Amino acid sequence: MRRAVLIAIPYVWLLALFLVPFFIVLKISLSDIALAIPPYTPTLDLSQGWAGIKEFFSQLDFENFVWLTEDDLYWKAYLSSVKIALIATALTLLVGYPIAYGMARAPEEWRPTLMMLVILPFWTSFLIRVYAWMGILSNEGYLNQFLLWTGIISTPLTILNTQTAVYIGIVYTYLPFMILPIYAALDRLDGSLIEAAEDLGCSRTQAFWLVTIPLSRPGIIAGCFLVMIPVIGEFVIPSLLGGSGTLMIGKVLWEEFFSNRDWPVASAVAVILLLILVIPIVLFQRNQQKQAEAEQ
Amino acid sequence: MNSTVFAPWDDPQAKPLIQFKNVTKRFGGFTAIDNLSLDIFEREFFALLGPSGCGKTTMMRMLAGFEQPSEGTILLSGQDIAPVPPNKRAVNMMFQSYALFPHLNVWDNIAFGLRRDNMPKHDLEDRVEEMLRLTRLEKFARRKPHQISGGQRQRVALARSLAKAPKLLLLDEPLGALDKKLRQDTQFELMDIQEKTGTTFVIVTHDQEEAMTVASRVAVMDQGKLMQVATPDRIYENPNSVYVADFIGDVNIIQGRATSTGEDTYRIDWAEGQPPLTATSANHFSDGQTCHLAIRPEKVTISAERPADAVNAVQGKVHDIAYLGNLSTYYVELSNGIIIKAQTANTRRISRRSFTWEDPVWLSWTATAAVLLAD
Repeated sequence: MRRAVLIAIPYVWLLALFLVPFFIVLKISLSDIALAIPPYTPTLDLSQGWAGIKEFFSQLDFENFVWLTEDDLYWKAYLSSVKIALIATALTLLVGYPIAYGMARAPEEWRPTLMMLVILPFWTSFLIRVYAWMGILSNEGYLNQFLLWTGIISTPLTILNTQTAVYIGIVYTYLPFMILPIYAALDRLDGSLIEAAEDLGCSRTQAFWLVTIPLSRPGIIAGCFLVMIPVIGEFVIPSLLGGSGTLMIGKVLWEEFFSNRDWPVASAVAVILLLILVIPIVLFQRNQQKQAEAEQ
Repeated sequence: MNSTVFAPWDDPQAKPLIQFKNVTKRFGGFTAIDNLSLDIFEREFFALLGPSGCGKTTMMRMLAGFEQPSEGTILLSGQDIAPVPPNKRAVNMMFQSYALFPHLNVWDNIAFGLRRDNMPKHDLEDRVEEMLRLTRLEKFARRKPHQISGGQRQRVALARSLAKAPKLLLLDEPLGALDKKLRQDTQFELMDIQEKTGTTFVIVTHDQEEAMTVASRVAVMDQGKLMQVATPDRIYENPNSVYVADFIGDVNIIQGRATSTGEDTYRIDWAEGQPPLTATSANHFSDGQTCHLAIRPEKVTISAERPADAVNAVQGKVHDIAYLGNLSTYYVELSNGIIIKAQTANTRRISRRSFTWEDPVWLSWTATAAVLLAD
């Protein structure tokens, strides 16, 4: 009995927090827009019994999904999101790996402090931190003021409302998600493996590429997925830092919901986004599983 | 000296492979190695033995190149190795944790060092196969380290460190992770491989039995100093200090005062109401000098009556018996409370044991059985 309850908890959790909302969204995506509250039709009317349910299902169709293929805005936005996510993930990895490596190599007594510094930004609202970047990156912002003062540039750089600003924002925001799994992998790395590699004729650099990198690969993969998956659907960063020039599916989704009030199309966009994300999520799960097996 | 016996340390003409010259190593304020000089010869199986923290691992890490001596020089074939980084030394190490690369299979682990030398593919394959044969791992070549047993992992580590045919192989507690039975088998395997390859082995261990079994010479270390460097039998039979006598094997230490009674013969007065003991020693002791008499338990005879011809004999009663199967150690309490251990081989069934608890017994030993040591 107790076992059944324990096993049921994750399933109930999954059902209540994923499957039920998903089916609601899926249902809306199959509905039609309506000037009503809620702004779509049909709605299920159980008072008419079986006939009502039949009537309800007959009104559902795939019109909105067809629409997504007809207007090139949507697939361009998906593509652009995936591209931005891939580039941003690579940039985050380039910045995050040396930080994680430095943390893992730091003296034991420093590590909790360094870990704290990585996590510390989470204590402030994400929104406020993105707004702070607007203040830094704008034409009159701190960065331009500093560069003008040092004399490196003579006219302010336009960074805000460009893709560069989006990349800066993403790398900044998602860096801890990259650092922590890589750090965990490097921290577990037995130092004698590096010594063994050197003993067998590797230079420091060779030992890094032949031993450290392969052995931190599970951490790298985990970090990359943890960054890429949410970035594909990212909305706040491109809308605040990217200006009108940055096309991302999260922004399109938001506009469909709140500007156009076209919930059915917005839901269709969300369903497709979810389907796109299923691929990296499944790959991520397999990586985690393989890692767990290797550790047994 | 018989010329077939391998003993380059007794030959003043022999050139040592490794020379430690007044080497000191400090970590901050802690002195790990204290002004130590040592020669190790080619083809030797040399054991560094000592309790943890005695500096034996530091010695090995200096040979491998992971630590630099603070003072003094280390010569390998007459060359100062201080400026040579670990990857350029003709020295390989077998790590205590084995340090097998978990992402590579057994074959690739063994080939790892050879690949760094850009060995031609064909030679490399031959060499790896040879190493697999030597360590009897042919069947496991394609397995990952986590798919093989501890004993097999140990052999992979050995094969990998031998693959590059180093001048010197360092073994850091190589058998520590194995159970006793496997450890004994592996010890002989190690000696066999050492003989076959002709490589100089330096082994670090805290297990004195292991050191005695495998090594041609043993260095007993304590607090960064060498206490004694000698062959296993000399270390056991002729320890040069109370520390070495006590560290190696089981021993009775009796403190007393020496009085010369003839050439190399001393009378030792050691306790009120006990007859003085007689011992021989080539070392000179002045009359009344405090000394320690070290007697191995197996050299003490236990009997019911006083043996008529015994030079040294004391009476006591059996306080405790440690039954080890093949041996029994009797803890005999003398009238003044001192306990002396005597060991006998159990050549008869235990039910027919001659002595039991509280039995009055005589302990006796010859004048040459004990080693007389200065304070």
